[in-house]
Amino acid sequence: MGKRVLLIEDEPNIIEAISFILSRDGWDVATHSNGHDAMEAVRVRHPDVVILDVMLPGRSGYDILNEIRADAETQTLPVLMLTARGQVKDREMAEEAGASMFMTKPFSNADVLNAVKELVA
Amino acid sequence: MQGPRASIFLERQTYRRRRLIDWIKFLPVLGFVLWMIPLLWDTGGDDTVSTGAALIYIFLIWFLLVLASYVSARSLKTALDRRDQAMSQVTDEQP
Amino acid sequence: MSSLNLLIAVCLIYVAFLFGIAFAAERATLRGKATWLNLPLVYTLSLSVYCTAWTFYGAVGYAARSGLEYLTIYIGPSLALFGWWWLLRKMVRIGRSQRITSIADMISSRYGKSNTVAIGVTILAVIGTTPYIALQLQSVTTSFAVFSGATSEQGQLSATALWVAAGLACFTILFGTRNLDANERHYGVVTAIAVEAIVKLFALLAVGVFVVWGIADGPSDILARIEQSEFANWEIQGGRWAGLIFLSAAAVLCLPRMFQVMVVENENEDHLRTASWAFPAYLMIMSLFVVPIAVVGLDLLPQGSNPDLFVLTLPLATGNEGLAMLSFLGGFSSATSMVIVAAIALSTMVSNHIVMPIWLSATGGARASISGDVRGVVLLSRRVSIAVVLLLGYVYYRLSGGGTALASIGLISFAGVAQFLPVLLGGIYWRGATRNGALAGLTVGFVLWAYCLLLPSFGADVLLSSNLLENGPLGIGWLRPQSLFGISGMDPLIHAIFWSILLNALAFFFVSLVTFPSPLERLQGAQFVNIFEHSSQAPSWTGGVAKSEDLMIMAQRILGAREAQVLFAEQAKKQGVQGLLPEPDPAFLFVLERELSGSVGAATAHAMIGQIAGGASVSVQDLMAVANETAQIMEHSSQLEAKSEELERTARQLRRANDKLLRVSEQKDAFLSQVSHELRTPMTSVRAFSEILRDSEKLTEAEKSRYGGIIHDEAVRLTRLLDDLLDLNVLENGQVSLNTQTAELSAVLSSSVKTALSGAEQPLDVALPDTGPIMLETDVDRLSQVFINVVRNAQKYCDAAAPSLEILVHDDDTELLIDFIDNGSGIPEASQDVIFDKFARVNPQRAGGAGLGLAICREIMHRLGGDISYLPGQGGTAFRVSVPQRRRMAAQ
Repeated sequence: MGKRVLLIEDEPNIIEAISFILSRDGWDVATHSNGHDAMEAVRVRHPDVVILDVMLPGRSGYDILNEIRADAETQTLPVLMLTARGQVKDREMAEEAGASMFMTKPFSNADVLNAVKELVA
Repeated sequence: MQGPRASIFLERQTYRRRRLIDWIKFLPVLGFVLWMIPLLWDTGGDDTVSTGAALIYIFLIWFLLVLASYVSARSLKTALDRRDQAMSQVTDEQP
Repeated sequence: MSSLNLLIAVCLIYVAFLFGIAFAAERATLRGKATWLNLPLVYTLSLSVYCTAWTFYGAVGYAARSGLEYLTIYIGPSLALFGWWWLLRKMVRIGRSQRITSIADMISSRYGKSNTVAIGVTILAVIGTTPYIALQLQSVTTSFAVFSGATSEQGQLSATALWVAAGLACFTILFGTRNLDANERHYGVVTAIAVEAIVKLFALLAVGVFVVWGIADGPSDILARIEQSEFANWEIQGGRWAGLIFLSAAAVLCLPRMFQVMVVENENEDHLRTASWAFPAYLMIMSLFVVPIAVVGLDLLPQGSNPDLFVLTLPLATGNEGLAMLSFLGGFSSATSMVIVAAIALSTMVSNHIVMPIWLSATGGARASISGDVRGVVLLSRRVSIAVVLLLGYVYYRLSGGGTALASIGLISFAGVAQFLPVLLGGIYWRGATRNGALAGLTVGFVLWAYCLLLPSFGADVLLSSNLLENGPLGIGWLRPQSLFGISGMDPLIHAIFWSILLNALAFFFVSLVTFPSPLERLQGAQFVNIFEHSSQAPSWTGGVAKSEDLMIMAQRILGAREAQVLFAEQAKKQGVQGLLPEPDPAFLFVLERELSGSVGAATAHAMIGQIAGGASVSVQDLMAVANETAQIMEHSSQLEAKSEELERTARQLRRANDKLLRVSEQKDAFLSQVSHELRTPMTSVRAFSEILRDSEKLTEAEKSRYGGIIHDEAVRLTRLLDDLLDLNVLENGQVSLNTQTAELSAVLSSSVKTALSGAEQPLDVALPDTGPIMLETDVDRLSQVFINVVRNAQKYCDAAAPSLEILVHDDDTELLIDFIDNGSGIPEASQDVIFDKFARVNPQRAGGAGLGLAICREIMHRLGGDISYLPGQGGTAFRVSVPQRRRMAAQ
């Protein structure tokens, strides 16, 4: 069984695209599409890596990341942040919140795959 | 356009009057200096200026200063009269 | 005894002669015939009150004791007069334009008309002058005694002195207080003094000529005698020579009697020009024969004779009774002229600055000062003051016993009044001089003068103990009266002058630096210092009586023309006076002062009104100068105020603009960020799936078509987003051109619903309204766009199991209301406000669009003159579209 990836993203088409890319490479992809209970999903599914969108309904990606970093259990969990806004400010905020890696939409499929691999390695 | 400065030919007289006033202002300074000169005289030793000579010197200065002051005062009156005359002329010319 | 009777007779005749002259002069002045009085010569001769009995008798004594040093007393005033352009000219101009009545008035007037200063100067002047008056009494009585033989018993002398004092008091009162003239001039007295000046000059010259050519053999013999006498051993002392020249120059400016004749009695400024050479000439002639008389007297008269009386004793000793009589009259003239003028000057000060203020405050001030009896009070207080001043002189004479050498009393008196010099000069030349500075300087100067010079002059153990003189107070050595700060070896007189004048000037200067003058002080300071700018012509003495018109002009400049006119008209009406100018009665003046004090402060207003109404010592021109200055200051400050208000307004506007720009900037950032997000999201899907399609070979056909479909949908979404953005931009910038058409409402609605629902995945049951024919005149395409948007929203977001939409139409006269109500769960209250904002989406998960739809709808409706709003409380989501009805088109 491959490594587990938790994808937290609200756009159905993007979820489908990322799931397809990672599954094809042998990853076990779980998805979650809102901010409210994203932390629950992280705790329940014990992913090896999390792909986190910034703009989520209910709760911002930064908040979720902060909580991940605050919890001793998930403190070192690798997190790849995705954002569609692409301003310098967003990158800085992500780094401050403790993102392991940061990518701006749109991305190339290979980049996402490589990033996830790198984070787990 | 009134006043002595309006006409050029008065300029020279104005200048003379100012210098006359300067001289009148200088007179007391001159008098003070001249009357202080006895302080420089040696009255103690042998080669002295006698009291009589000192007396004559002081009164001579006095007389000359009075004379100078008299002449200056007269000239000043002439100068001022001329100015007043000129001013009234200038004023008269202006309807 | 016969000679004494003769002497008394001559004295009485002489005094009667003076009376006659004074009387004639007064009458001539009243008739306006006294043109000869207006001669500069009279003015110059009146200045000769400088030469008192101290000169007439004392100069010879001084020369006999101290050699040529006596000349300093006459060189100093000569220099002061030669330098008339510097100081005297200014003093006389100020005295005339400010209507100064005495040196105390001059100084207090400069320092804000402060009565404290005036009282101080007056008291000090009295203290400084009393010994001098005593000196004159002493000289007259002594000369009496000498003339009448050896009857010099103390009782006899005192009686003589009392008679002389009483006689002089009568003369002074008679001619010094005959009239109460605002300008304090006494033609009779001045004329009498001029005559006395001639008498004393003639007498001294006569004695001198007699001595040089009668006793000695002419000038060369005199010079020879000088070389043989003690004079030859005389050594000039630099400190005393320069110091005494300075002191006597200061005294001629500051002595109350000199100020009286030089400034107060000045008839014409031009006279000063003549006096500038004539008075030094007079002094020169007066001192010319002093040394010959002294030398011959020392030669001829027995050892131990009083050299102070050589002028009298030399003719007597050589048997020239007539010449002696002339000499006596000369001395008598010197003494009487000084006493008369000094008494007038002092009584003016005492009466104006001490008696009158006390009397005014005792009788309730303002009311009394307006009634006529003030005149009588002033005259009475003058007369009493003259008597008191002479009595003081007599008492001093009795107390001092008449023993001290004349010259030393004179110099002590000089040093006393010279304390006025720093304050006087500072007041005339320095605008920064303040009242407190003046008080400090005068106090320091007089305390030191009294401590170092006056008190020790009475001798050890009289007023100061010898222990104090030797060791200082409480044994503090550096406070010894005659060697302050441990500097000993100086001549006591020069020591006292040096310290008192220096510390006086320093105290005056430094206190002036750190204190702040009152407004009146500053105005007076400006008037004094810039006197020649204020008045190019000397103002006339007669032309200064204020009238209502003057008050009006002044008030207009301070209150403003309209306000002043209204005030004056009101007051005139109250008084029952025809016209606009009220009589300047007390009630009106009180009201005016109150009004003015609102503008210029109480003190200034009081002074201005007081001066103008009292007709006293400020001319109307000066008041105008003050008013102008005040008006300028006020105008300037109100301009400043207006400017600062304007600046404040501008600043507020700028702050508002800045805030707005900041908000706009933030909105723009947020908008760009939103747009970026909305564009990138579909782009992400497009890119991801196109890469999948490109890279993956093992895709099923179903997958390929599904992914291709997603790419297509996202591309459509992008296109729609861009369309919406452009549309919104056009609407927001007002660039949209409306295409007004006429259409029927129900037709528009049904076609819109049809368009909105075409190709919809979820079904929506739409209930169209059953309205009559309602005609619309508007941009039908744009209105349809709004309807389509609203219906599509319902179709997309209605979460009911069987979604339905009801459309209701309300029609009233002004507008048409179209409600769209679905049966879903509605929009939470918190979100109702924001749904019309750009990119606002209540439920993003189900968003198909970019969240611009409702924002566009709102913009369109605003363009059409209507509105779209959320309609709460309808069960489901409800929107109300209102369309204005410009013309009623129904029911054709």
